[in-house]
Amino acid sequence: MTKIKTLADLKKMKEELQTKVDLREKGDSAENYVQIKVGMATSGIASGAKQVMDFLIEALEKRNIEAVVTQTGDMGYCFAEPTIEVKKPGEEPIVFGYVDMKKADEIIEKYIKLGELVDGIIPVNYQVIDDK
Amino acid sequence: MTKYKMHLLVCGGTGCRASASDSVVEHLKMELENKGLQDEIQVVMTGCFGFCEKGPIVKVSPDNTFYVHVKPEDSKEIIEEHIIKGRKVTRLLYQDPEKKEAITDSKHMDFYKKQIRIALRNCGFIDPENVEEYIAREGYMALGKCLTEMTPQDVIKEIKESGLRGRGGGGFPTGLKWEIASKNQADQKYVVCNADEGDPGAFMDRSVLEGDPHAVLEAMAICGYAIGATKGLIYIRAEYPLAIKRLKIAIDQAREYGLLGKKIFAANFDFDIELRYGAGAFVCGEETSLIHSMEGLRGEPTIKPPFPAEKGYLGKPSNVNNVETFASVPVIIRKGANWFNKIGTEKSKGTKVFALAGKINNVGLIEVPMGTTLREVIYEIGGGIKGGKKFKAVQTGGPSGGCLTEKHLDTPIDFDNLIAAGSMMGSGGMIVMDEDNCMVSVAKFFLDFTVEESCGKCSPCRIGNKRLHELLDRITKGQGTMDDLVRLRNMSNVIKDTSLCGLGQTSPNPVLSTLDNFYDEYLAHVKDHKCPAGECKDLMKYFIIAENCVGCTACARACPVGAITGEKKEAHFINSETCIKCGACMERCKFDAIIIK
Amino acid sequence: MEKVKLTIDNKLVEVEKGTTIYKAARQLGIDIPVLCYMNLEGLGIENKPGGCRICVVEVEGRRNLAPSCSTDCTEGMVVNTHSMRVINARRTVMEFILSDHPKDCLTCSKSGNCDLQNMAIKLGIREIPGQEYAAMSTYKMDFSPSLIRDLDKCIMCRRCEMMCNDFQTVGALSAFKRGFEAAVGPAFEMDIEDSTCTYCGQCVAVCPTGALTEKDHTREVINALSDPTKTVIVQTAPAVRAALGEEFGLEPGTLVTGKMVAALRRLGFNYVFDTDFAADLTIMEEGTELLGRLTKHLSGDKEVKLPILTSCCPAWVNFFENNFPEMKDIPSTARSPQQMFGSIAKTYFADKIKVKREDLIVISIMPCLAKKYEAQRDEFKVNGNPDVDFSLSTRELAHLIKQANLDLKSLPDEDFDKPLGESTGAAVIFGVTGGVIEAAVRTAYELHTGKKLARIEFEQLRGMEAIRKATIDFNGTPINIGIAHGLGNARKLLEDIKAGKSEFHAIEIMSCPGGCIGGGGQPLHHSDSSILTARTKAIYAEDEGKTIRKSHENPYIIKLYEEFLGKPMSEKAHHLLHTHYFDRSRKIEIS
Repeated sequence: MTKIKTLADLKKMKEELQTKVDLREKGDSAENYVQIKVGMATSGIASGAKQVMDFLIEALEKRNIEAVVTQTGDMGYCFAEPTIEVKKPGEEPIVFGYVDMKKADEIIEKYIKLGELVDGIIPVNYQVIDDK
Repeated sequence: MTKYKMHLLVCGGTGCRASASDSVVEHLKMELENKGLQDEIQVVMTGCFGFCEKGPIVKVSPDNTFYVHVKPEDSKEIIEEHIIKGRKVTRLLYQDPEKKEAITDSKHMDFYKKQIRIALRNCGFIDPENVEEYIAREGYMALGKCLTEMTPQDVIKEIKESGLRGRGGGGFPTGLKWEIASKNQADQKYVVCNADEGDPGAFMDRSVLEGDPHAVLEAMAICGYAIGATKGLIYIRAEYPLAIKRLKIAIDQAREYGLLGKKIFAANFDFDIELRYGAGAFVCGEETSLIHSMEGLRGEPTIKPPFPAEKGYLGKPSNVNNVETFASVPVIIRKGANWFNKIGTEKSKGTKVFALAGKINNVGLIEVPMGTTLREVIYEIGGGIKGGKKFKAVQTGGPSGGCLTEKHLDTPIDFDNLIAAGSMMGSGGMIVMDEDNCMVSVAKFFLDFTVEESCGKCSPCRIGNKRLHELLDRITKGQGTMDDLVRLRNMSNVIKDTSLCGLGQTSPNPVLSTLDNFYDEYLAHVKDHKCPAGECKDLMKYFIIAENCVGCTACARACPVGAITGEKKEAHFINSETCIKCGACMERCKFDAIIIK
Repeated sequence: MEKVKLTIDNKLVEVEKGTTIYKAARQLGIDIPVLCYMNLEGLGIENKPGGCRICVVEVEGRRNLAPSCSTDCTEGMVVNTHSMRVINARRTVMEFILSDHPKDCLTCSKSGNCDLQNMAIKLGIREIPGQEYAAMSTYKMDFSPSLIRDLDKCIMCRRCEMMCNDFQTVGALSAFKRGFEAAVGPAFEMDIEDSTCTYCGQCVAVCPTGALTEKDHTREVINALSDPTKTVIVQTAPAVRAALGEEFGLEPGTLVTGKMVAALRRLGFNYVFDTDFAADLTIMEEGTELLGRLTKHLSGDKEVKLPILTSCCPAWVNFFENNFPEMKDIPSTARSPQQMFGSIAKTYFADKIKVKREDLIVISIMPCLAKKYEAQRDEFKVNGNPDVDFSLSTRELAHLIKQANLDLKSLPDEDFDKPLGESTGAAVIFGVTGGVIEAAVRTAYELHTGKKLARIEFEQLRGMEAIRKATIDFNGTPINIGIAHGLGNARKLLEDIKAGKSEFHAIEIMSCPGGCIGGGGQPLHHSDSSILTARTKAIYAEDEGKTIRKSHENPYIIKLYEEFLGKPMSEKAHHLLHTHYFDRSRKIEIS
């Protein structure tokens, strides 16, 4: 362990350590970030939701997109598993179905970054998944 | 570094630990390992969340799930359901007491909605035993800023402009205190942190030290830089083992990281901190007593002046601040005086931590902006009175504060308003009383404490408080006279007027404020020998309602002193002269024929 | 010095910055009542804990009342010492204090001489409201050979604690427990006998109530005087004659030597003798010892123990036995005058008047309480019979005289009996700080140099400073002398010796402020240090009035050596007039 000798040392260390509490800070003010919920019920896990979630977390970080990725229960769209809900700050949430890693990548690049719509949106009469 | 997907924050405050929260941590970790998730989900033992009523608490981040009353055996379900399947465990969620529905996001809890956390910002958020988590939260940035960008005068100016006032009770402007200490020249000066929290039911300082010890260390170093001191001392009561443990860890880590010690941030500034233990005498929270106790002398106050800023520890200029005051300092330096002084009221800036206790639903620790009303605190954050009973009074300022009533509920809380209302801020205790509390007994209860805790140095406090207590005791037994009420007030006024230190100068407050606000209750005790709230046992009498009594004789047989007479199958009668009020008859009666009045 | 102007009771006064309201008021002739506050001006002894709160006054613009004893004057301050708010507060506080104080004034040994009683009178307290149901703080009584502690009467003024800790550095007394139960006593509430107490009696000298008093031996003395089979003789210490008159309304500093002798004779003592005789004897022994050690030292003996320390003061002896046992071979081995007197009385004098030792009762009148303990030490007993049977304090003698219906003021001046009543001026000054060493120098100089002193007074050895030093020219040999009164001051000199830094050849130590004239058995000074100064003057006046002023010229001392002892430090003298010291240091075991 190196000692902190200067303020620059501290700032550098702070940057490195930021991830330690990032998740908690974002959770406290999630509304300011892109919020992604991954449907992780049994059917979701079976259809690869876990891998999608891992991919999202990694990819978002690599691309410097501040986002909060959480998991949620069955979204009620078993037919379209894995499903994810994406909510950009100040916008209505949108649910995507049949999300694999490739699709996830597309959602990040097109919808999250550019605001372009992507195929696979599950429309209307869905219920917000917050409350199962 | 492992990138965790979720954090499980488990409260490691003294309260939750007493309910086995450390075992919850172990079980959670074990379950995670069983599922091979230990690298994806992090379990963190944090400081206090404040919502002690509902402990142990487990908060899941980032989805803000707030689990209450978590038992170790609940761990399995949390991991299997919530973590793996993403299904929140509804039975463990906090329920809104009004709407009776589970709240899934802690941000929607009334308890937290109105709070602004400055002193408590890291409590329940970081692992207090890990300096890196503190650094990740911009820890020691304020100290770095002071040492590299600010002169000591700048620091003092910033604190002065922030309007920060001492959170230990007195409300003395912190910046001014620092300025006085900085101007007194000496070969050695000291920064002293007063962690001798002694008010019954108060635990804000303990929570800060348990939950965010580095904030206090950082602030003390900042203060040291500002006043020209190289040594810091934390006077902490030995009854706070967990806070002591975490402070020791924090001090070691800060030294290891070079945040305490020589040439901090390459500046020409050395600072180190040591702990001093108190034996738990209430009066040692008074700064001169505290200093004497640290010097190994009897813990009792001396007359000020000289103030500690002139002649303090070992006769050297010393600046004494309370834990919560210090905890607010780093944020002020980082965010600036102008950020801080926009919060609060005209003369009381920032936030204040209160310990809610008594007949209130949400017992716990809260931090609200100065100027929040008592009503907001009691009814919104505190969730109202327990059991839907009627609010009667709230005692603020610890044992020597005053009892405020319904008419004060909309008073914005700040230093000056509370004093004007006949109470005080104190260290932030808030004890809520309902219709079942007898105000004479309440006054007596607080006097019990001050009589016990008086150091005995000055006569009014040593003897006067004892006499007050004796009078109150007589009144609660129905032996008081109208003359006694006059004497009670005179004695209280003289004790306030003549006592040496803050303890005696405020100890009669509960008596005076109840005399002012609840004189009728005193009169009822003295004139009618009745206790309207039904709390004073000696004034209660047992009666038999003749209509309900079937003459089964069960009560008469149960009475240990033969106070109940009556023929079989006829209504019985209790001789109140003989009755010792043990209640045995009432327990035995199957016909609800016996009442207390 | 910076000055501040303020108004007290509508009168303008200018005082030096740092003056308390209490002192400023006195300048205006306003006597604010004080109880715990005590100041022995000129001696650096001050007690101002600000605890009793009797002296409170109203200061304009201040939220609460201010204790005048410990609040400094500030520019433009407006003080009212007798507003109704103040008077009510003062009375109420006094009622508080009295409500926790026993009401047995009729039989209390302090009655009539009690600061608390006087305050109750001054404040016109006529009843204690609620006394009938007021709890009292009670403690066990503590009896010791010298003092009695009745803490039920303690009002927490802390004067005793200050004397014991700050002035004497004995540390036997400190506050214990807290709140209503708080009082002052030895640690862990042990008996004073088990503590490091030296019995100096300064706690008793300053106690404003009957909480600390001497162990009273007047009953024993009355019994002895009424026993026809006993011959009862009395010795009086030098400091007694300079203070006894105060108990009878005489001005402090009035010498009552002759009247005291007359009173003692009328009380029925068979012989009235003078401790001063034994003081002359002490000089012969101690002076010879000093010269012996000096001569060895000057001839190059590195083993010889210097400085030599005086050993007349029994509290001082207790102090070094407790605190510096490793240095117990440094003080002179000469017994104190009280004990030399007892030893000679029960041998030489008993033989002379043909009375058996057991039938001779020796009473001493001392300004001291430690003398009571000293008289009981085993090494001063022969077959269990003490050389000095009982020691009375000056105060106890006054009580006896009053009980005997004697009016001291109108008694004739009478002379001490011979042979043990003859003394020199050198012996008289044993009563003041610096006196013993001055007496020793007078004799040692003449014996060492063989020359007559041109001037007998050594002004450089006199005064009231805590520690004094002087160098006396012994015919070309400079002799360095140190003097300390108060055990705290003695401690400093001892620490120097221990560290090998002491420059002195001889040191005189007295435990009490001003020496024996300020002893724990003297009439109470009620914190007026001018009384001590007046007594000192009286002692020096007595010295000046004496025809013989050097111990070695006392004809009865010369005769004693010729007839009985041989010469100073002879084997017989060694046996009867010298002693040895013990290691009395102790560890406190907490069970």
